Amino acid sequence: MTAPCADKEPMLHALLDGELDAANAAALEAHLAACPACARRLDTLEALHGRLAALPPARAPQALKGRIEAMIGAEAARAASPRPRPARPAPWAGWLAAGAMTAVAASLAVTPLATGPSLPRQLAEAHVRSLQADHLVDIPTSDRHVVRPWFNGKIGFDPPPAPDLAAQGFPLVGGRLDYAEGRPIAALVYRRRQHVINLFVLPAEGGLRLPRLGPAGGPGPGGFSMLHWTGKGLDYWAVSDAEPGELKGFRSAFEKAEG
Amino acid sequence: MTVRTLPFLPPFAWGVFASQGGLFGKAAATPRRRAGEGSAAVVRQAAEPSGPPQSPADIERFRRLLLPFQDDAYGFALHLCRDPSAAEDLTQEAYLKAFRGFSGYRGGEPKAWLLAIVRSAFLDWARGRKAWAGLVDPHAEAEAAEQAPAQDPSVEELMVLQAGVGELRQAIAALPEPFRQTLVLRELQEMNYRQIAEITGAPIGTVMSRLARARGLLIAALRPAPGATA
Repeated sequence: MTAPCADKEPMLHALLDGELDAANAAALEAHLAACPACARRLDTLEALHGRLAALPPARAPQALKGRIEAMIGAEAARAASPRPRPARPAPWAGWLAAGAMTAVAASLAVTPLATGPSLPRQLAEAHVRSLQADHLVDIPTSDRHVVRPWFNGKIGFDPPPAPDLAAQGFPLVGGRLDYAEGRPIAALVYRRRQHVINLFVLPAEGGLRLPRLGPAGGPGPGGFSMLHWTGKGLDYWAVSDAEPGELKGFRSAFEKAEG
Repeated sequence: MTVRTLPFLPPFAWGVFASQGGLFGKAAATPRRRAGEGSAAVVRQAAEPSGPPQSPADIERFRRLLLPFQDDAYGFALHLCRDPSAAEDLTQEAYLKAFRGFSGYRGGEPKAWLLAIVRSAFLDWARGRKAWAGLVDPHAEAEAAEQAPAQDPSVEELMVLQAGVGELRQAIAALPEPFRQTLVLRELQEMNYRQIAEITGAPIGTVMSRLARARGLLIAALRPAPGATA
């Protein structure tokens, strides 16, 4: 058996990939008719091509798709209301720009104009997404020893404790990676009877400039109850459609369990 | 055999192809490059002077053009880093970069644009892990070039046809870079030569020689081990 012609090898690939121009393709076809070794080589390459094409393609995990969706939602809200505005060249241009901004804001009907969407609003939206997108948790477990390490290396800060508070009426459902303020954040998911409580956890440095809600929690954006507190270098935001009073009970149970 | 038409050619790719006289004939003469060269610059050009989509319609366009390729982006990332959890991070990072640089997208095949960003995210990740040195074996291209030429072609075709899915996957994962990404882009992502050149920042001639060697290595890997009876 003679070996295929080494100088024809690259052409065989180009022919297989449909990348050969007509003149070269015709010349190569003529060679193949006369050279069984090259013809066999092309058969082998075609066989490989066919086997590779038949490999089952990779599928992005559903949780990843959910995170990408969450990220786009959060980024889109930021993009729709940029923070710094360039100086305006003339008064009328300012009015035009303001008009355009109002139009954009009106069509979105989402955020106040002056700044990007506030963190409470981002978290309220994340809460809604978590309920809608069939993506409440990435890691469904009530085992605190599983949830906390799961966040390691995913959020860029030390993961929060994730105590199971079932005894206090707040069973731990699991953990989820979410997205706010342009960064991944941790979301611990608890239940209070039929209500879901998302406990969003961020590093505390962003906490001071944020609007605070009353100590008993209050209605946040979208009509959800929201409660914010800080502890051990972390910012906690509990968001739920449960009553604000429930969140207060949740916080004290959480802090007690944390020790 | 017809020549595939290539309508897709974003502006930042012109530099890559302007130097190419044609699709063929430069494979042997192309200077060797490291895998990391070129494409980072491509992505930077594409993404840096630009910002996120500016209007709801633009955001909708982003979703429509790029969200269909989440599986492809993840699959490519997985082949690059060979770590499912890192592949998820890279995919998300790439979508973030793509979103924030979307106004720099100038039309053309969105999948190729996205995969170039995935690759760029991967290179950043690999550098951050100081795994860069292990990524590209400077001798790999030379060694691959010296690979023994095909043995009996009919035996080889049989081996290829009989290879199982696991065996094929393992053989792909064992390919050294830059051959692995070139093969994956062509055979699994169905990118054409120009798109691969654009994504990897290599001239088309280099893409062709890498692809030929990648396939040669893959076929060789599917051969029975020496001494084993076929």
